[in-house]
Amino acid sequence: MIYDITLRLSYHYDSPAMGGRHLVCIRPMDDGSDQRVIASLLEVEPRPDEELNWKDFFQNNMMEFNLHAPHEAVSVLLRARVERFPAAALPADGLLIGDLPAVLQRSRDIGPNAPLHFLSASFRVPQDAAMAQFAQALITADMSVQAAVLAVGSALYRHMRFDPKATTVDTPAGEAFRKRHGVCQDFSHIMIGCLRGVGIPAAYVSGFLRTEPPPGAARLEGADAMHAWVRAWCGPDLGWIEFDPTNDVLAGEDHVVVARGRDYSDVAPIKGMMRSSGRQKSRQAVDMIPVLD
Amino acid sequence: MTEPLSAPHQASRLTAGYRPLPGVPDEMMDTSGALRPGWAPLVDHLSARGPEALAEDFGRGTQHLADAGVFFRNHGDASLAARDWPFSAVPVVLPEAEWQGLCEGLIQRADLLEAVVADLYGENRLIAEGHLPAALIAQNPEWLRPMVGVRPKSGNYLHFLAFEVGRGPDGRWWVMSDRTEGPSGAGFALENRVAATRVFPELFRNMPIRRLAGFFQGYRDALYGLRSDPNSRVGIFTPGPLTDTYFEQAYIARYLGLMLLEGEDLIVDQGQLKMRTIRGLEPVDVLWRRLDGLWADPLELREDSQLGTPGLMTMVRQGKVTMANALGVGVLETQALMAFLPKISRLLMGGPLKLPNVATWWCGQAAERAHVAAHSHKMMIGPALATRMPYETGAVHAIGGKMKGEAKGSLQDWLSANAAGLMGKELVTLSTTPAYSNGTLVPRPMTIRLFLARTPTGWLVMPGGFARIGASADASAIAMRKGGMVADVWVVGKEPDTGLSLLHRAQGPETRPPPEPLPARAADNLYWLGRYVERSEGLMRMVRAYQARLESSGSVPLLAVMQARLEAYGISVEEPLPKGLLATLASAVYCANQIRDRFSVDGYAALKDLEKSMQRISRTAQPGNDSALVMGVLLRKIAGFSGLVHENMYRAAGWQFLTIGRALERAAMTLECLIAMADPEAPEGSLEAAIEIGDSAMIHRRRHALLSTRETVIDLLALDEGNPRAVQFQLDLIQRRVAALTEMRVPGQMTEVGREALGLQTNLRLQTPASLDRAALEDLRRQVFSFADALNRTFIP
Repeated sequence: MIYDITLRLSYHYDSPAMGGRHLVCIRPMDDGSDQRVIASLLEVEPRPDEELNWKDFFQNNMMEFNLHAPHEAVSVLLRARVERFPAAALPADGLLIGDLPAVLQRSRDIGPNAPLHFLSASFRVPQDAAMAQFAQALITADMSVQAAVLAVGSALYRHMRFDPKATTVDTPAGEAFRKRHGVCQDFSHIMIGCLRGVGIPAAYVSGFLRTEPPPGAARLEGADAMHAWVRAWCGPDLGWIEFDPTNDVLAGEDHVVVARGRDYSDVAPIKGMMRSSGRQKSRQAVDMIPVLD
Repeated sequence: MTEPLSAPHQASRLTAGYRPLPGVPDEMMDTSGALRPGWAPLVDHLSARGPEALAEDFGRGTQHLADAGVFFRNHGDASLAARDWPFSAVPVVLPEAEWQGLCEGLIQRADLLEAVVADLYGENRLIAEGHLPAALIAQNPEWLRPMVGVRPKSGNYLHFLAFEVGRGPDGRWWVMSDRTEGPSGAGFALENRVAATRVFPELFRNMPIRRLAGFFQGYRDALYGLRSDPNSRVGIFTPGPLTDTYFEQAYIARYLGLMLLEGEDLIVDQGQLKMRTIRGLEPVDVLWRRLDGLWADPLELREDSQLGTPGLMTMVRQGKVTMANALGVGVLETQALMAFLPKISRLLMGGPLKLPNVATWWCGQAAERAHVAAHSHKMMIGPALATRMPYETGAVHAIGGKMKGEAKGSLQDWLSANAAGLMGKELVTLSTTPAYSNGTLVPRPMTIRLFLARTPTGWLVMPGGFARIGASADASAIAMRKGGMVADVWVVGKEPDTGLSLLHRAQGPETRPPPEPLPARAADNLYWLGRYVERSEGLMRMVRAYQARLESSGSVPLLAVMQARLEAYGISVEEPLPKGLLATLASAVYCANQIRDRFSVDGYAALKDLEKSMQRISRTAQPGNDSALVMGVLLRKIAGFSGLVHENMYRAAGWQFLTIGRALERAAMTLECLIAMADPEAPEGSLEAAIEIGDSAMIHRRRHALLSTRETVIDLLALDEGNPRAVQFQLDLIQRRVAALTEMRVPGQMTEVGREALGLQTNLRLQTPASLDRAALEDLRRQVFSFADALNRTFIP
């Protein structure tokens, strides 16, 4: 499926913000397996004094810009055409969860996709005994890793209530878990915490979710803003699989990946916005239209 | 010294009872009771002085440290309470030959660590070939992903290192820890040295004790040599006054003449790293980093860091700044890494470690885990990825087979459940060194921190160090964490050291270097220091005037006017020594603390002393005359501070800001006083109170006998340019200081702030006592604050 995606991040300040430096991570990743970026364009308004593009450690597309002059509003506009490939069906069996530690132990890989980066606590997903217990209760020793991942993801979907008003971008995952509510960011952080708690490498994926449902299908949650889901490592043969706990589905043709990291902190759409000078309003608007061919 | 270092030595009074502990090597004495090489002159000197003279000698060292403001904060001490510096005057003596051996081992280790860190951020051969477990790096919080693939601008990751070493029972030295991430202690070593020279001036004249200055000089030159722009600056990158070694950082900055820069002082601008100064942005391209790498850039590292500089990582990636040490070298401090270094040394250095490190096992490997489990009674077991000892961080750990911290269950269960996250380290025992206690010498365990600095010609090792001395005779390394003392380390050669102290360096005709730019944040702190000190003084005068009238003549309406004035400053008249006054002075101390590197030690001590007196007196002061008397005492103390500043502070830009702050606050307070108390409607006695608060009673009496009118008071406190209490005097002062500052910035041009200052000064000069009515006073007061805004806009962006 080919999509045309538009994302606009806009910020308005009550009092003019003095110059600032920002890091933007919204340009979709071309990972060569799940999707292909046909074209993408990123524009900042007002026009930045400096602009730099590079790939971070995890091969995400980063853009850094700097505004010298005081300004009352900033907007960042992304336009992209991306082809998303259908996901392959999961095999019925695979590495047993009990064999995972030994496999990880032998790993000599610390490259961008190495599972070991995603095994221990990270900035936004600290170790959480309650999450580990929740996951442990769902898992038996004879389960394959991918069965465990699906069991945890589906259980969270049933356990948690989607509520866009209950949490903010800075709500700790542990709190959202205790209160059983949140948005895609909370669902994903909690699932990551649960999986890492039982020794399964788990990563955070930011991206877009198809806006317009196919005829007859229900509209999926989280489509009016950027979306997030989880990536889990299921052994050397199967590798990584992606699961969307907010919607209880494997990520597939409806999901376009922007970036992957240990948690939101690695892939926040924008960092460095003024937090101190007066009040600010921010808005995110996403359009994701399938291109008919 | 005429006596050869190795001469047989008669047991002196002090050493007669001294015996090394059984099975524990002693630095001063061998098992036969003979002094080791290098110690005899020190022991002779100590014996010859006798207890009284020694008490006096040691007192000079302690006094020096107290005067210099050296204090000590226990690592992990939540109270943040500063303790007196626990200086043990008897140094540790290292014969030069012994020290040379240490140097060889440590230089090899420094090169090894450089090779390891270069591999971890570069080629990655160690992990790919199985010499290091991938988990130790991939899950390590100190392994900074943004640094992967980035070559440091200088070509090297490591420029300044510290190693903690101890001597084991077999007499060999062991490396106990590697400190790569902004290691502290070099400044403390220097302070201990200065204290030791006060205690033993004769020995420093006569004994061939190696000097420390050359080491610092060499490193400073090396840092300057790393610049690519000759006009750029070298700074110490500090986390700021809340860090436990801030004192040391400020001390080194003062000593070496480096800028002390916080994240907020730096900005990435036009593809360059710059510092904000009162002259605008100026380039910086070398930073001696004391801030932990994770906090260096909120955009790419810890997002919640307020200590870093946004975009700094980009500057590193683009090779625009040299960090000494590079970001990410904290990974070398990982406790479990020591398990692998002996083998890696053979691989990368082509030979074994010349100086062994404490035997360590990573429990993520089955055989090693089994070894640790079987020998747990001889080990310290703790987090594998930690960079500090677990007893410093409060993490769960085990010592000698016993669980410590908030542990549940048995050691073996804990070990198998967390194996990959744990390491075991052999418990080591240390050598002892003499400490002076109750008139005699006693053996105490010790470790030494040694320092290495990279120079263009190779590693320079500080010929000395920072010794920690245990509080009890227990020689297990682990006992060292409880209290203890610190001491100087003397490397004693055969020839006198001809190197000169950096403090008295003579290099032909000195040319005076151009003044360094004042960081805008420092200017801001000096300005506010001036304002808070002056406000404290003004408030003391007001409180004194109020309290003195409380018991005697004060009319109720006048007291009400004065109360309203005080309450406007948050001062309650119910309190004989108001909390609001303490808070104002605390703000002054806070500002002074932010700029310890450019503020005189005596000035700071005077301010702290005043704060202490106030806190003490606040418990006993009574309302009325007692409070008035107390204010008098405090006013004399604050005058002492002002005198120190006025007499001693160099007239650079910093002094101008301090002076402007004081003058502005005095002008504003005097105007406010006149608005309230020289009003025609003001109650009986107001004019006399205004004269008293304005400290101008004597001159007023001389001029006008006992007759005070609104005109005489306005003339004396607002218009009289010869009265240092008058507004005009302060505005004249401000105008001159601002002119000097703007001349620095844009020679020969009038600036906004210059115009404001001149306008303010002229406006008042054109007034007469009659024209300066309430409205005119209020107008002037508004202008004073409008000037303050312009000052901020111009110099402190």
